[in-house]
Amino acid sequence: MATITQPPTQEQPLDPDGIAGSSVRRGDRTFLGLSTGSGIFVLVLMAGIAVFLIWQSIPAFTENTANPLTEQSWLPDADPPVFGFAVLFFGTIVTSIIAMLLAVPIGYGIALFIAFYAPARVASILGFLVDLLAAVPSIIFGLWGLYYFMPYVVPAAEWLSQYLGWIPLFANDPEIWTKSILMAGLVLAIMILPTVSAISREVFLQVPRMHVEAALALGATRWEMIRMAVFPFSRPGMISAAMLGLGRALGETIAVALVLSAVFEINWQITAPGGNSFAANIALKWGEAGDVGRSALIASGLVLFFITLIVNMTARWVISRRKDFSGAN
Amino acid sequence: MAIASAERATGSVHLTGRRLPRWAPWALAAASVGVGLLVQFSGITAMGLAPGIVAALVFLIGQTTASGIVEGRRHAVDRLATTLVYTTFVLALAPLLWILITVTIKGLSVMSPEFLTGTMRNINPRDAGGGLFHAFIGTLIQVGIAALIAVPIGVLAAIYLVEFGRGKLAYFISFFVDVMTGIPSIVAGLFIFTALILTGVLEQSGLAGAFALAILMLPVIIRATEEMLRIVPNELREGALALGVPKWKVVLRIVIPTAISGIITGVMLSVARVAGETAPLLLTTFLAQSTNFNPISGSQASLPTFIWDQISRGTNAAVDRAWGGALALILFVLVLYAGARLISRYFAPKTS
Repeated sequence: MATITQPPTQEQPLDPDGIAGSSVRRGDRTFLGLSTGSGIFVLVLMAGIAVFLIWQSIPAFTENTANPLTEQSWLPDADPPVFGFAVLFFGTIVTSIIAMLLAVPIGYGIALFIAFYAPARVASILGFLVDLLAAVPSIIFGLWGLYYFMPYVVPAAEWLSQYLGWIPLFANDPEIWTKSILMAGLVLAIMILPTVSAISREVFLQVPRMHVEAALALGATRWEMIRMAVFPFSRPGMISAAMLGLGRALGETIAVALVLSAVFEINWQITAPGGNSFAANIALKWGEAGDVGRSALIASGLVLFFITLIVNMTARWVISRRKDFSGAN
Repeated sequence: MAIASAERATGSVHLTGRRLPRWAPWALAAASVGVGLLVQFSGITAMGLAPGIVAALVFLIGQTTASGIVEGRRHAVDRLATTLVYTTFVLALAPLLWILITVTIKGLSVMSPEFLTGTMRNINPRDAGGGLFHAFIGTLIQVGIAALIAVPIGVLAAIYLVEFGRGKLAYFISFFVDVMTGIPSIVAGLFIFTALILTGVLEQSGLAGAFALAILMLPVIIRATEEMLRIVPNELREGALALGVPKWKVVLRIVIPTAISGIITGVMLSVARVAGETAPLLLTTFLAQSTNFNPISGSQASLPTFIWDQISRGTNAAVDRAWGGALALILFVLVLYAGARLISRYFAPKTS
């Protein structure tokens, strides 16, 4: 109080920041320090994750006798240690691509339904239901997928390879249908649906009401309105919704560990097992790994961390650019 | 042309084009279901979902063709899009209901007072019996500690972003909070393992698990709190500041109380999110078969790792126990979700 009512004297030259007097209070200074510190803690944490994972994966990289990018076996505890990420890259990327191909269009559809098709009164409840899908823990997806979903996926996979088997992707030479790459992709698709739909729904709801109503007033059908007014406005948001879904699919651990067979080889036939994912491989091999084995798994975790970091940073960068042109409405 | 002249003859003017009658889609839907049933019982295919897919295709093609002939291309496309959009929603709800129903039925079959109060101590995986008390206690302790760590840091970081943060630093923090929400949970587990367990600061224990969960909670809490603080009306802050109240008191006494219900909702949602995490706990707490109240020393069970342990044992009795654990876990998460929902609805800040 005193600092505000005191007129500026000769010793205290008037400066614009000094009027409120807030910067000189001890309580304010501590509080600013605490909250700034907490903010900086986030940055430190991210840097810390990278530093510790790099530090602990150095032993694996120095002892590995194979090229980590091309080697297709995982024997880090053998003498000499041999391991590589090729199978993991393959499994992670192929299962995620299958998940994206299914979940992205369906996720956009759900978001459109809630934003433009469902009656306004029930829309928020329906949105809550879809969000509930995100609340189901991944281990329950795995348990359900393993015992209840797979019996339906196996005949579908058999049908695919029987009628479309001339496409190498759908053939099945090992004649194994359970725990296939397709199975993992389908479970991942269900798991990333809420991510894709929640973010694209948010973006759709930001489309200026004026644009929507103008399109409808000019006689556009609802679909034409969506194509001409909604999609152009929300394209960056839709792209980053898909990429955030991809980020989730890449890092999903337990569900994939349960529904994807742990064979360590590359097989392009998606109706059969083949390939493994970075995250699932860590969970499955952790218990039996020796010192170099753990270090190798930490190294694979480091690779996964950087992949998801790049995907997420790109997604956030794309969506943050949106703010630049949203002022146009 | 024929219509136009007919209209002129009768003197009535139609401003709209020709449309399908209101009952047409329903009739077509009924016909499609009929075709689906025909496929089901004629034995053309034995595949579980095939009749449904056939029925849906018949409806899609039939409606688009009929609409294309009567109403023209634009309306046909619109109807096609509408049907597809409705279908996507059903496709999303189907697995949700399927999972919830399966977990409820399978879980109830093993639920009993003994299951809720017993532990897995001295229980052979092949035998029925045992319980999840040790796992439930572990989850409560780990999630509780994680919240104690993450809530103050998260709320303070959100306060920084809303009340103080300007310029490059605030932008970087905000950006990396968003990026942090996408960190795979197993990476959080690996980080705690390398930073705290390998360095000897902690042993594999509930506390180590709680640290890993706290990392996953932090960005969720920051985002939720930030959103809530931003909708607190600026007039409240300005009014208080004009009365000479220091900034820190304005935040603690005016801004936070106004937004408290939203902050609690965000915290509960973040707890619900991490309560089901398995992967980081596998690396930090390990599996345990008996109750351990001490988070600092010794391995500690939790509901997700209990389910994982039972599935990997593979016997019928063990998998049944896994379903029981799944029901307990899903109820725990749903109670948190519903609670968060109620709090945000009934104690919402009264803006302006």
